[in-house]
Amino acid sequence: MPILLPIDVLLLAACAWLAVGFAGILAPRNFFFISKILFPLGAAVAVLAGLTSLRFLGGAAETAVLAIGLPGLPFHLRLDNLTAVFALLVGFAAAGISIFAAGYFRKGEGTAPGLMCLQYHVFLASMLLVLLADDAYAFMVAWECMALSSFFLVTTEHRHAEIRRAGYLYLLIAHVGAIAILLSFGVMTAGSGDYSFAGMRAQQLSSFWASVAFLLALFGFGAKAGLLPVHVWLPEAHPAAPSPVSAMMSGVMLKTAIYGLLRVSFDLVGSPIWWWGVVAMTVGLATAVFGVLYSTVQSDMKRLLAYSSIENIGLLAVALGLALLFHAYRMDGLAALAMTALLYHCLAHAGFKSLLFLCTGSVLHATKERSLGKLGGLIHRMPWVAWLALAGVIASAGLPPLSGFVSEWLLLQAFLFSPGLPHSWLNMVVPVAAAVVALVAALAGFAMVKFYGIVFLGQMREEALKEAQDAGPWERAGLLWLAGLTLALGVLPSTVIGIIDAATAQLLGTGLAERVEEHGWLLLAPITPERASYQPLIFLVVIVAAGLLGRILVRRLYHGRGRRTAAWDCGYVFQGPRAQDTAEGFSQPIRRIFEPMFRMERHFPTLRDEKPYYSVKVEDHLWHWLYLPLARLVNGISTLITALQGGRIAIYLLYSFLTLIVLLLVARP
Amino acid sequence: MSISGLLWQLFAIVLALALAPLLTGWVNQCRAWLQNRSAPPLLQPYYMLHKLFLKDVVLAHGASPIFRFAPFAMFGCMLLACAIIPTLSTDLPFAPAADTIALVGVFGLARIFISLAAMDIGTSFGTLGGRREMLVGFLAEPALLMVIFTMAMIAQSTSVATIVETLAHRDFVIYPSLAFAGIAFTFVSFAENARVPIDNPATHLELTMIHEAMILEYSGRHLALIEWAASLKLYAYSCLGLALFFPWGIAEGDSFLGLLMSIPVLVAKLAIGGALLAFIETINAKVRIFRAPEFLGTAFLFAVLGLLVRLLLESRV
Repeated sequence: MPILLPIDVLLLAACAWLAVGFAGILAPRNFFFISKILFPLGAAVAVLAGLTSLRFLGGAAETAVLAIGLPGLPFHLRLDNLTAVFALLVGFAAAGISIFAAGYFRKGEGTAPGLMCLQYHVFLASMLLVLLADDAYAFMVAWECMALSSFFLVTTEHRHAEIRRAGYLYLLIAHVGAIAILLSFGVMTAGSGDYSFAGMRAQQLSSFWASVAFLLALFGFGAKAGLLPVHVWLPEAHPAAPSPVSAMMSGVMLKTAIYGLLRVSFDLVGSPIWWWGVVAMTVGLATAVFGVLYSTVQSDMKRLLAYSSIENIGLLAVALGLALLFHAYRMDGLAALAMTALLYHCLAHAGFKSLLFLCTGSVLHATKERSLGKLGGLIHRMPWVAWLALAGVIASAGLPPLSGFVSEWLLLQAFLFSPGLPHSWLNMVVPVAAAVVALVAALAGFAMVKFYGIVFLGQMREEALKEAQDAGPWERAGLLWLAGLTLALGVLPSTVIGIIDAATAQLLGTGLAERVEEHGWLLLAPITPERASYQPLIFLVVIVAAGLLGRILVRRLYHGRGRRTAAWDCGYVFQGPRAQDTAEGFSQPIRRIFEPMFRMERHFPTLRDEKPYYSVKVEDHLWHWLYLPLARLVNGISTLITALQGGRIAIYLLYSFLTLIVLLLVARP
Repeated sequence: MSISGLLWQLFAIVLALALAPLLTGWVNQCRAWLQNRSAPPLLQPYYMLHKLFLKDVVLAHGASPIFRFAPFAMFGCMLLACAIIPTLSTDLPFAPAADTIALVGVFGLARIFISLAAMDIGTSFGTLGGRREMLVGFLAEPALLMVIFTMAMIAQSTSVATIVETLAHRDFVIYPSLAFAGIAFTFVSFAENARVPIDNPATHLELTMIHEAMILEYSGRHLALIEWAASLKLYAYSCLGLALFFPWGIAEGDSFLGLLMSIPVLVAKLAIGGALLAFIETINAKVRIFRAPEFLGTAFLFAVLGLLVRLLLESRV
C-alpha cells in the first residue's frame, strides 16, 4: 500500500501551488527568480497533479477531512472519478499555460511580478480545491478564492479605466452567480443542516424543490460559465486579462462551472426530470448561436476568442441537456454517449482555446496590437506561433483530424438517437436541434478563418509589424505542449474515452469503454462499427500521404520550378495592404444575413463629406434589453433610498427610535 | 483487411483520379451542346492539367508556406473523400475510417485550407472569395447534415457503407422522406461544387465569382492540383449522391466479378448524372450572392421536411 494516496498528492499539489505563490511575495521584484524558477515549478506541480489524476482514474473514491473551517464543520474533501477528470484537465492545461507564462510576463508591466505570481498560483490551487471539495462550505470558500484571485488577475493592468470596469462587471456577475449556487446548496440540504455533499445525496427532495435546486445551480454555474443571459462579463474580462490568465480562465476556469453543474445535476440532486434537459438544451443552443454569431463580427482578436468560448460553453450545455434527457428516461447507454461528448469537449476546449489565447498573447507582445484591423501577415515574422495557432484554429472549427471534431462527432451521434425518446414531441424537435449544432460548427469555421486569415495571413496592415519577433523558447514550449494535447485528443479518441469513461460510469452507472475498447485504439465506434465509425489516424495518414505523394510525383514527372513576382493587381495600381478585407468587411455577410441578431450603429459616408469615413459598431441587444434597464432600476431604488439620508444626526436618531418602537410592537413574545 | 481488399481500394482511388477530370469534361461537353456551342473535346480537362503541370509556378511576393501547402492539403482531402465513399464496393478497407458526418468534416477541412490560402496574398479578390466560400459553406453544412440525419434514421447508421447496403436491399417502396432529402442534397451539392445557381465555374467576372476569386493567384502545378481536387470533389459528391439515392449496382463484399461489374454501372450512372447536371445548369441563371441564403435555406427546409416526414409518417415502416 502506497503511503500517499492520490487525494493526498492532489492536496499537496494545491499546497505546493500556494507555497510557490507565497515564495513570489518573498522576492516581489526579483524578476528572474519568479519567471524562470517559480512559474516552471508551478508547471511541474501541474504535471504532477495531472498525472496523479490520470493514474487515479477508475479507482474507488477517496475521502479526507481537513481540520480547518468552521467549528463542527471541517473541510471535507473527496476524490472521485468526476473530480479526477477535471483535475486532469486543470493539471495538463495549467502545465502548458504556466510554461508559457514563464516566458510571457515582462518587467515593468502592471502588477508587480511577485504579486502576480501569488494571485496566479492561488487561482490554480483554488480551482483544484473546488474540484476536491465535498461539502458546501469548502466548495464556496474555494469558489470565492477562485473568483477573487481571478478578479485581481483580470485587473492586472488596473491603470486603464476600461479594465477596471471589466473587472468590476466580472466580480459582480461572479457574485450574483455565487449567491444562486449557495441557495441551491441550501435547497439541497432540505433543512437538515448537513452541508456535506454526502448529506445532500441522502436527501429525498420533492420534484419541485429538486427543480428549484437545479435551476438555481444552472443560473449560478451558468453565470461563471458564460451561459445566456449572464454571459456579458466574459467578452469584457477575457480581453482585459493578460493572455495566460485569459487562457486559464477560458480554458480551465469555465470548466469548473461545468463540473459544478454535473456534480449538482447528476450526483447531488437525485434523479433528474426530463424538462431539465430541455431547459439546459434550449439555453445551450441559444448561447451557442449567440456566441458564434458575435464571435464572427468582432474586431478585437481576444474578444473574438471570448465569444467563441461562449459558443463552446453553449455546446457543452447542449450535451448536458441531452445527457439529462436520456438519463431521465433511463436510456443510460445513450446518456453515456452524450456525457462522453461533454467530457471530451471539456478536455478539447481546454486544449485548443488555451492554445489560441496564448497565441494572441504572443502576437500582442510582438505587435502591441489587439485590433484585427492593425494586424496581418504575421506568419512571415512569427512562423512558430502561426503554425501552432493553425492547429488550434482547425480544432476550434471542429474539423477532423483534431480534437474539436471528436466531441462534435460524438454529440451528433448522440443526437441521432433522440427520435427514440419516449415523448410525444421531443422526439421530433430534438433531432432538428442537431441542425443548429451543425450551423454553429460551420459558423465557428467562419470565425476561425477570419481570426487566422486576418492576424497571420495577407499583407501587414501596419509598417510596425515588420519588426515583430517570434515567441521565445518558453512560450514555444507552452504552445507546443497544448498543440500536442490537441493533436493527441484528436487522433487517439478511443484511448481518451477509455480514460474518461470512469467518470461517465460513475455518474450514469454505465459507460462506453467496453464497446469502444473492443475495436482497438485505432477505430472509434461508440455503438457498433456498422452504425458509425471514425478512424482519425487513417484520416491524417491518408491526407498527409496523398499530399506528399502528389508533391513528389509532380516534381518527378514534371518539375518543381517557380519564381516570385508581384501579385496580380487587376490593372489597378493601388493595391496596398489597405485594399485587403478588414475584419469588419470579412464579417459583412454575417451582419447582413443575421441582421436582427445585432444592435448596430452604422455611419455611411455621403458624397459631400470632406473626409468620408465608414464605421460600424456592433452591440449586444441584451445590454439594452436587460442590463441597462436593470441598472437603471437599481439606480432608481438607490436614489429613493438616498431620500432617507438627511445628513442630520437627529433624523437618524429618530429612525432608530421608530425602529425600536416597531420592533417592540411586532416582536412580542 | 485482405490484400485484395487493399488492392481494390487502391484501384478505386486510381479510378477516382482518372474518372474525375473525365466527369468534368463530360459535363462541360453536355453544357456546350445544350447551349448550342461547339463542344470542347472530352479529354480537355486532362490537356489542361498537363499544360498546367508543365508551366512554371509564379508566386506572389507575399505568398507564405500556407499558400503553397494548401493545394496539396486540399488534394489529399478530396482523395480521402473519394476513398471513403463507396464507388465500387461497400466493403473496402478505408470505408470505416469515416462515416458521413466525418465526410462533411473532410470537405470542411478542404474548404478552410483553400479559404486561408485565398486570404494569404492579401489582395481584395482573394479575401472576397474566401469569405464568400465560407458563407456558402456555413449555409450548406446544416442542410447537408439534415440530409445525412434522414438517411441515418432510415438505415439506423451513419456509415455510408451500411446506408448503401440497407437502401439497396429494401423492398421497392418510395420513401417520401428520401425524395425530400434527395432534392435538398441536389441543392447542396450545386452550392458546394460552385455550380450555377450559386457560382459559375466558367466566369471570371469580378463581382460574381467565388471559387475562381479564391484561386486567382494560383498558377502552374498548384493550380493544376486545385483544378484536379475540384473535379475530385464533383466526382465525390456525384458518387455520394448516387450511392445514397441510387444504391443499386454497387458491389458488396470483394468478389472479383462483382467489383468488375460495378465499374460500367458506375460510369453509366455518372454519365447520366453529369448530363442532368449540365441540363440543370443550363436552364438556371446564377443568382446574386445574397440570394444564396434563400437557395440554401430552401435546401435546409427540404431536408428538415424529409426528417420530419421520416419521423412522423414512416417511423413504423
